Amino acid sequence: MTNMPILKEREKQIYQKGAQAFDMTCEKKSLAGSVSQRACVFCGSRVVLYPIADALHLIHGPIGCASYTWDIRGALSSGPQLHRMSFSTDLKEKDIIFGGEKKLYGSRVQLIDKYHPNAAFVYATCIVGLIGDDVDSICKRVSDEKGIPVLPVHSEGFKGTKKDGYKAACDAMAHIVGTGSIEGIGELSLNIMGEFNIAGEAWIIQDYYEKMGLEVVSVFTGDGRVDKIKRSHGAKLNVVQCSGSMMHLAEIMKEKYGIPYIRVSYFGIEDMSKALYDVAEHFSDHPEVMEKTQNIVRKEIQAINPVLKQYKKVLSGKKAAIYVGGAFKAFSMIKALRSLGMEVVLAGSQTGNKDDYKLLREMCNDGTVILDDANPLELSKYCIEKGADLFIGGVKERPMAYKMGIGFCDHNHERKLSLAGYSGMLNFAKEVYSSVKSPVWKFAPEKKLS
Amino acid sequence: MKAQKNIEYKATSNACKLCSPLGASLVFRGIEKSMPLLHGSQGCSTYIRRYLISHFNEPVDIASSNFTEETTIFGGGANLKIAVQNIIKQYDPELIGVATTCLSETIGDDVPLILRDYNKNDSGKLSPAIVSVSTPSYSGTHIDGFHGAVKATVDTIAEKGNIEAKHVNIFPNMLSPEDLRHLKDIFFDFGAEHIMLPDYSQTLDGPLWSEYQKIPEGGTTVKQIASMGDAAASIEFGRILAEEESAGKLLKKKFQVPCYSLGIPIGVNETDVFFNALSTITGKPVPEKYVQERGRLIDAYADGHKYVFEARAVVYGEEDLVIGLASFLSEIGIVPVLCASGGESGHLKNKLCQVIPDFETRGIEALEGVDFVDIGDAAKKLSPDFLIGSSKGYKIAREINKPLIRVGFPIHDRMGGARILHIGYKGTQQLFDTISNIIIASKQDASSVGYTYM
Ligand code: SF4
Ligand code: SF4
Repeated sequence: MTNMPILKEREKQIYQKGAQAFDMTCEKKSLAGSVSQRACVFCGSRVVLYPIADALHLIHGPIGCASYTWDIRGALSSGPQLHRMSFSTDLKEKDIIFGGEKKLYGSRVQLIDKYHPNAAFVYATCIVGLIGDDVDSICKRVSDEKGIPVLPVHSEGFKGTKKDGYKAACDAMAHIVGTGSIEGIGELSLNIMGEFNIAGEAWIIQDYYEKMGLEVVSVFTGDGRVDKIKRSHGAKLNVVQCSGSMMHLAEIMKEKYGIPYIRVSYFGIEDMSKALYDVAEHFSDHPEVMEKTQNIVRKEIQAINPVLKQYKKVLSGKKAAIYVGGAFKAFSMIKALRSLGMEVVLAGSQTGNKDDYKLLREMCNDGTVILDDANPLELSKYCIEKGADLFIGGVKERPMAYKMGIGFCDHNHERKLSLAGYSGMLNFAKEVYSSVKSPVWKFAPEKKLS
Repeated sequence: MKAQKNIEYKATSNACKLCSPLGASLVFRGIEKSMPLLHGSQGCSTYIRRYLISHFNEPVDIASSNFTEETTIFGGGANLKIAVQNIIKQYDPELIGVATTCLSETIGDDVPLILRDYNKNDSGKLSPAIVSVSTPSYSGTHIDGFHGAVKATVDTIAEKGNIEAKHVNIFPNMLSPEDLRHLKDIFFDFGAEHIMLPDYSQTLDGPLWSEYQKIPEGGTTVKQIASMGDAAASIEFGRILAEEESAGKLLKKKFQVPCYSLGIPIGVNETDVFFNALSTITGKPVPEKYVQERGRLIDAYADGHKYVFEARAVVYGEEDLVIGLASFLSEIGIVPVLCASGGESGHLKNKLCQVIPDFETRGIEALEGVDFVDIGDAAKKLSPDFLIGSSKGYKIAREINKPLIRVGFPIHDRMGGARILHIGYKGTQQLFDTISNIIIASKQDASSVGYTYM
């Protein structure tokens, strides 16, 4: 046991399977002074909208929020690269005192004239919420003048968590959905939602669907385009991935346009295949879709299985810790790691809800530690206690893992390696293998439990 | 009229600056057993951590007082106290550095007042020590937060004892951990005791751990900071800093510690000034080791002078770094055609004139308060041979197909940002070799012959 202290207020957000009755607390604001790994509402909005490559993303506030998010995500575009620019109103003291509206209007107009985007998003950050700029009416005014959608995204950092940011982003997009022509969209059509084209993942997934004979109307939001979003209400199915970042939009589209949705995950062979089968099932009136799907799945699995088996041989018995943004991702990851013969000893998320954690508990072995909104000290304490060989997380967790002399695999939005789909599973296995089996760890000092 | 209005309300595109609490956090990470705490929303802390981690590849814990909607209405006092309490419980620090954010500044929280009597121990001292610094990002950049935190720390903790101490205070500006290590070596070789603030040479560039360190080892101790009032002299680096109310000047005012305001010692000229100052303060000659280093550097200047002569460089970053680099570049015959910064001290051009005697006739552009789109636009017109600055200039370098020499902060696309040496004769030597080789390599690669000798 390490003697690292756990804050009393956080005890209920930590659960060790088997030891105590399951009564986990979650969906709470982070505790002051705890050093949460979470970001803010703005971060949630930005993650979701950022991949829309022909839109202009203006961050309204002082410079920090924009500086820190400049081109930090691996969301690829096949065309315009406007999303990779960082635009800020860069509010100064006088703007804080007298209001930032004029500056917002001026910057907005100047940028639209310069870059000719097809839509513009204005992210209201914390300060804007305090000084009370009327962002909505300025957006409307600019939209009227420039003839493109200009949408406010109410993402003041302190007004909730990342999840509220997802919702704000969905609300903004909902204004674009339904404004285009749906002519020519057939029966066998769908939207891919919650897939951000990190390292080209959306392209891989889209390719599977097209091979199944399905038309992808719009991807939300990987390699996204405003025009495609405009006509996305013509699709017959929404396929939603990820921990609910786009559930809100799927709900809106269901209610407004009667489009049903299903939830999927593209990570790991098991869940990837299930996703394709579930979609094929939805179009069961067209049996040829299922037929094609079976062929695709068979072929893809055959292609990667022999190599995966090699990896499994060396990785079997290794222990992994997982800490992700949304819990949904953790489910797929546990299955994928198991398929490599690995065991999960710690699983946690920044924003999971009660159902998520229940499911996690069911999936995990006895002794697995489950954490909600953990901090670096807790993560390292349990990594050491549980003897993890590998940590799966984001940039913030990486140096922590390395300091403890254990391997690391990046599973966040910054990565440059596609992990979705069948080829992604292979990449994942290779990534895990190259970290866990690297010879450098033999130089790491022996771990002492203090 | 309208055009003018638009110029006035121009957006910042790809900023060449960061926000003030980042600089303050860096300083507090350079004090032993200290924990930075940002008084504001969670996002600011997390983003700043992420940004620093990507450069240093080290764990960087920064706490947040985690504002909620209620906080913004009723004030952040309660949250701040909870945060301090939880940091003490978890990290057991000797110092907590509280930096404000735009948020707490805007709602008008008075941090020193909130924490004034908080956590006093039996002897009436705060335990741990609490330093608070005001760092609203809407007035200033990360470098202001950096200097502000150094000054606030000194103001809060430094005292004057009754001893006649001989140590030298050194306020190094925002340098790399490798620079800080080199500085420590220089003082050691001079036989001069020193106190450096901040010192993140180990906390942000340390070895693997055998047991988890809640707060990484290393850093200036609180005790050392307390004795800064007794020093024989202070040295501070930065010609822009020289114009500001710095920690060095504060010690002079409060405790009559003489303060030497020097440029960042890059290049022979600025490094000579530093070594001479050390000689004066300690009454000792420059150690032979550095005489040799200087000699080798000038020897290299001679060997390589033709390759670099009248090459054109775009330089960007914090103003003081830009001035240091520009001084070095021009002393070897390179023209820093564009000297640009996101900072806006109002002194950039003026100071450049001091280190580049023929500044006016060289057609050098000095731009303050610019972003990377401005820098890119200017660079395209100036047809430089290379760019020198942080990794954030890569986009421009790629666009104009010119090499980028990575220095300063941040280096997010290469290994070893923490281990770049910029200062002293040794650091200058490394910069000189890198720059000459990049110019030579460009010629070699472009040549149809492909010479295998220079
Ligand atoms: S600019 Fe201000 S509000 Fe934005 S991240 Fe920095 S401190 Fe926070
Ligand atoms: S100022 Fe608010 S919106 Fe911006 S990074 Fe900080 S918490 Fe997030």
